[in-house]
Amino acid sequence: MSDLLQVRDLHVTFVTPDRTVHAVNGVSFDLKRGETLGILGESGSGKSVTLRSILRLHPEHRTRWSGSIKLGGDEVLEMGSRALSDLRGQRVAMIFQEPATAFDPVFTIGQQIAETVRRHTGKSDRDAWKRARELLEMVRIPSPEQRLKAYPHEMSGGMRQRAMIALALSCNPSLLLADEPTTALDATVQIQVLLLIRELQREFDLGVIFVTHDIGVAVEVSDRIGVMYAGKLVELAPVERMVDAPQHPYSRGLLASTVHDGMRGQRLEAIPGAPPDLAEVPSGCSFAPRCKFARPDCTASVPSLREVEAAHAVRCVL
Amino acid sequence: MDALLPIQDRGGPAQPLLLATGLRKHFPVAGGLLGRTTKVVRAVDDLTLSVAKGETLGVVGESGCGKSTVARLLIRLIKPDKGTMVLDGDPVDEPHGITVNELRRQVQMVFQDSYASLNPRLTIAETLAFAPRAHGLPAAEARDRVRDLLAKVGLDPATYADRYPHELSGGQRQRVNIARALALRPRLIILDEAVSALDKSVEAQVLNMLVDLKKELDLTYVFISHDLNVVQYLSDRVLVMYLGKIVELGPVEAIYGDPQHPYTKALLSARPSMDPRKRTREAPIQGDPPNPIDPPSGCRFRTRCPFAEEVCARSEPPLADTGSQAVACHMRVAGSGHSRAVAA
Repeated sequence: MSDLLQVRDLHVTFVTPDRTVHAVNGVSFDLKRGETLGILGESGSGKSVTLRSILRLHPEHRTRWSGSIKLGGDEVLEMGSRALSDLRGQRVAMIFQEPATAFDPVFTIGQQIAETVRRHTGKSDRDAWKRARELLEMVRIPSPEQRLKAYPHEMSGGMRQRAMIALALSCNPSLLLADEPTTALDATVQIQVLLLIRELQREFDLGVIFVTHDIGVAVEVSDRIGVMYAGKLVELAPVERMVDAPQHPYSRGLLASTVHDGMRGQRLEAIPGAPPDLAEVPSGCSFAPRCKFARPDCTASVPSLREVEAAHAVRCVL
Repeated sequence: MDALLPIQDRGGPAQPLLLATGLRKHFPVAGGLLGRTTKVVRAVDDLTLSVAKGETLGVVGESGCGKSTVARLLIRLIKPDKGTMVLDGDPVDEPHGITVNELRRQVQMVFQDSYASLNPRLTIAETLAFAPRAHGLPAAEARDRVRDLLAKVGLDPATYADRYPHELSGGQRQRVNIARALALRPRLIILDEAVSALDKSVEAQVLNMLVDLKKELDLTYVFISHDLNVVQYLSDRVLVMYLGKIVELGPVEAIYGDPQHPYTKALLSARPSMDPRKRTREAPIQGDPPNPIDPPSGCRFRTRCPFAEEVCARSEPPLADTGSQAVACHMRVAGSGHSRAVAA
């Protein structure tokens, strides 16, 4: 099966007069149709920046890119504005953490979905509305006819997130990018939305990249999990391998420091220190200052991502 | 009175440190033509709870359930419409009792947003010295106390005392907020989503620190969070809220091991699985929590409850003791009229 998406040695740097931030420092991965890649990382790890780069959502004049992002053979980093706007919403769709701000507050849900359908498929007004209604049914919004006429603020958080998924899938994209879509939701609603995403992904054979800081959420939706730290993928493995036998000291630390059932009374294995400032490109392993296994060669050069087992790659000298 | 010495225990270990009875807070919502109150958010309704000395009471629930309102009521950031509070035998804000100021000396709070809770124009040392100075501690002694507080929360005083909040990371700022809460040597600390905004690796550091400080300083915690795993880790007893009401209350082992209220069960099984071989197959309940304006009659959970019957709409279930825990559900009350009610 051919790859839907190929990211190679992606670097993203934000430049402002005051400072430079090296947000992403050499990320490479592939994604197949029908596959969900979970990207796990803490704030500032570059996970959202990587995701947004696939749609080139960063302000052009302040962002420097290098590397390659190939979607079905087309180079995203070289696209003109026309090609980009065809790409966005049609071939690649994105859902965000805060559906309240992702929708325009002055138009109804129906108007916003129908507009997208018209723009990308050239359907008539009537057909676009019909399609919008189908989409709300698909994401299991009760009484869809009425909901089409609702404004975003009239819906609950869970319903808005469902409506955003409907909007994202309105033009049959092949790739869905999800940026912490359930983080702002309540526990009982979060699981409903996760199950919906999993179901739709299977039904439409979507490639999904799901960015989250929550290991439990990543485990629920992903086939593979990539762990990011300081702008690099430090480990990439099938979900079972990542949970059972994480190899990178950071992945191990992250799993061990996450509180779950049965840890009561035990001391948590916290990772000391805090993530590095990304104003400079790190010369060695970015995690070395916090790593209890660090050796002199860790800071000498950046360790390469090497395969320790089929489909399981780790960026560590150990 | 000297507010700067540690407070002596008065009622002995059996007397609850804090006892709140029948707390109620309704927020009016202005609307209509003349801005008159047309609707009421029933944020907290007739809530009774006690906090034992030395325990950690966890409070869980979804957004809008009133858990943060409870926190604000307990420290009197907002005044309850009804209800009384007793702190180690002393009624609060009543004749012959203690004043609200005295309550706040003994009860302190840490908020979720570590940046918004610090004055951006004060250095860390100024922030930490503020309350002790206001209580009359001489400047030199206040400096010592600041050093001591910073060391307690794991920040090197020489490095951090003269920094401003924006020069610290989120985890460091939250340590400062905890140090500030400790500055007047309180007995009870209310932690309202205090670790929720932190990254997991930093969250673990702060949780370890909270456990250590509690032991070292003989503290009592009320720990409010939406994160069920963290509440389980830290709490001795757990209180589950839904739309302003207690639905279940009991020891942590009972609540997590044998939840009895349908809402508690749903909440616990909605936690994402940590095992890819045992993924969640079905959502335990559908829909969103309803709006706390005009909550459902009778049992407030009935609109999402798979076992709801006519009696649930008609009457409000009492918080009944089942031996191991207290549950507000008609199915747990003998003779309630629910077809699944327990035998008398």
